[in-house]
Amino acid sequence: MEFLSYLISGISLGSVYAIIALGYTMVYGIAKMLNFAHGDVIMVGGYISFCAVSYLGLPGWLALILAMAVCTVLGIVIEGLAYKPLRSAPSLAVLITAIGVSYFLQNTALLIWKAAPKVYPSLIPATNAQGEVNALQLFHGQLSISYISLLTMASCVVIMIALTLFTGKTKMGKAMRACSEDKGAAQLMGINVNATISTTFAIGSALAAVAGVLLCSSYPTLQPTTGSMPGIKAFTAAVFGGIGSIPGAFLGGLLLGIIEALAKAYISTNLANTIVFAVLIIVLLVKPAGLLGKYVPEKV
Amino acid sequence: MASILKVDNINVYYGSIHAVKDVSFEVNEGEIVTLIGANGAGKSTTLNTISGLLHSRTGSITFLEEPLDKVPCHKVVSKGLALVPEGRRVFLQMTVQENLEMGAYTQTGKNIAQDLDTIYALFPRLKERMKQIAGTLSGGEQQMLAMGRALMSHPKLLMLDEPSMGLAPILVEQIFEIIQNLHKAGTTILLVEQNAAAALSVADRGYVLETGKIVTSGTGRELLASPAIKKAYLGG
Ligand SMILES: Nc1ncnc2c1ncn2[C@@H]1O[C@H](COP(=O)(O)OP(=O)(O)OP(=O)(O)O)[C@@H](O)[C@H]1O
Ligand SMILES: [Mg+2]
Repeated sequence: MEFLSYLISGISLGSVYAIIALGYTMVYGIAKMLNFAHGDVIMVGGYISFCAVSYLGLPGWLALILAMAVCTVLGIVIEGLAYKPLRSAPSLAVLITAIGVSYFLQNTALLIWKAAPKVYPSLIPATNAQGEVNALQLFHGQLSISYISLLTMASCVVIMIALTLFTGKTKMGKAMRACSEDKGAAQLMGINVNATISTTFAIGSALAAVAGVLLCSSYPTLQPTTGSMPGIKAFTAAVFGGIGSIPGAFLGGLLLGIIEALAKAYISTNLANTIVFAVLIIVLLVKPAGLLGKYVPEKV
Repeated sequence: MASILKVDNINVYYGSIHAVKDVSFEVNEGEIVTLIGANGAGKSTTLNTISGLLHSRTGSITFLEEPLDKVPCHKVVSKGLALVPEGRRVFLQMTVQENLEMGAYTQTGKNIAQDLDTIYALFPRLKERMKQIAGTLSGGEQQMLAMGRALMSHPKLLMLDEPSMGLAPILVEQIFEIIQNLHKAGTTILLVEQNAAAALSVADRGYVLETGKIVTSGTGRELLASPAIKKAYLGG
């Protein structure tokens, strides 16, 4: 029973990683760049929803929508101002810019919201107004799964399915895949590559906002660096699953969360991150393209 | 004959490399025009510039009486100008059908199902493989897919960059037959080829590019008969 409970908390954490990783992987797939500022968009989403609930008194779901809207705009602006001018620049320049954007966001948050951590009002608090726990009790109360965990896992599955349908079935989604393979050929088809990249950033940033709200709802300390570690973990998850692959990001995120939770529970809290990255290295040694990364031979 | 494409004095650079020098030529409605030349002569650069992937520093490109210079690449295809690029460049991770759908990207609200049927009738091989990932097609099938994809946009002028590259002689023959059929059906064609003999034998007119410059032009027959062309491009 104990194991199950650790496993579920791992899946729940992994679901947050997966949602972030999906944003990472989509942006990578299309813009061929690692958007290291992605983690900080999570933090911005956290603060926006925090302010909406604490200062404006909005309900949680409305705060979530507001955070998504703000982050979507933020994503488009970051892409347009920082990355678009570097479209034909060497990838190292783009990478350094992304790191710069990351620091910029963190320091702006520090200016506006100060360094002292905020206590985040969870989307579903641990107990309700009557003092009852907001959790699903199974096996006569031996296994308790909080509603926020259930919501997190459900959101992740819904997002993953929605993205799969979007990229597989819609015209815009197919155009994105075309851009991710060959921007020149995509333009020859009449696809506006710049608009497509913008849209991808918009989607990825909206997902980051969702991840921010869910993350802070489970781990309620919010500060300007809140997004960095989950951002790096999610990047790891995306590479682990095969960067550019949507099911890969989903699988990578879940596995990473589970490995981390189990390592914390059974091995050592301090070593958990070390173990996570050790597993990543081993997987990449065996499968350099990641678990689901594909290799398509080119014909000449 | 009305001019459909007019290229006037273009100069294209890759950084400091001057790849296309003062090139001017014309394609009239209903013609097959070919651009031949050795490796690195600037043929692909010329086609890519016309389709907007590259830009000329000088001169102008006019398509159907409209200047193309300021038109962004992704808006060119909806004007009726399609390019089958060198090396096919089909979307390898997408299915055959999805590739064709991308070709119809600008055809909003039109009957795409009917166009797909037309393409599948033209290339029955593609129909058999419509759900297959394009990366698993043979080189010849990929070439057919690239052509089918371009045709999905209903081009008035179809530009083909070395459609016979890497294909067995029998397939080359097939591809040239298809080109002639498209031409009979009313599509104007600008054909770039290494296979000069094949290209000149189907072309109304041809231009010869040498290190970025047009050195000769004439009807297909004239060029085929010219001793200099024979020597340089037709293997004696
Ligand atoms: N991306 C590039 N960067 C720098 N130089 C280039 C680039 N592409 C082409 N070139 C140069 O421009 C010149 C013309 O190249 P282009 O590809 O147009 O030749 P081509 O006539 O199509 O040759 P081929 O028959 O081999 O395809 C060549 O000298 C080539 O080296
Ligand atoms: Mg070429």
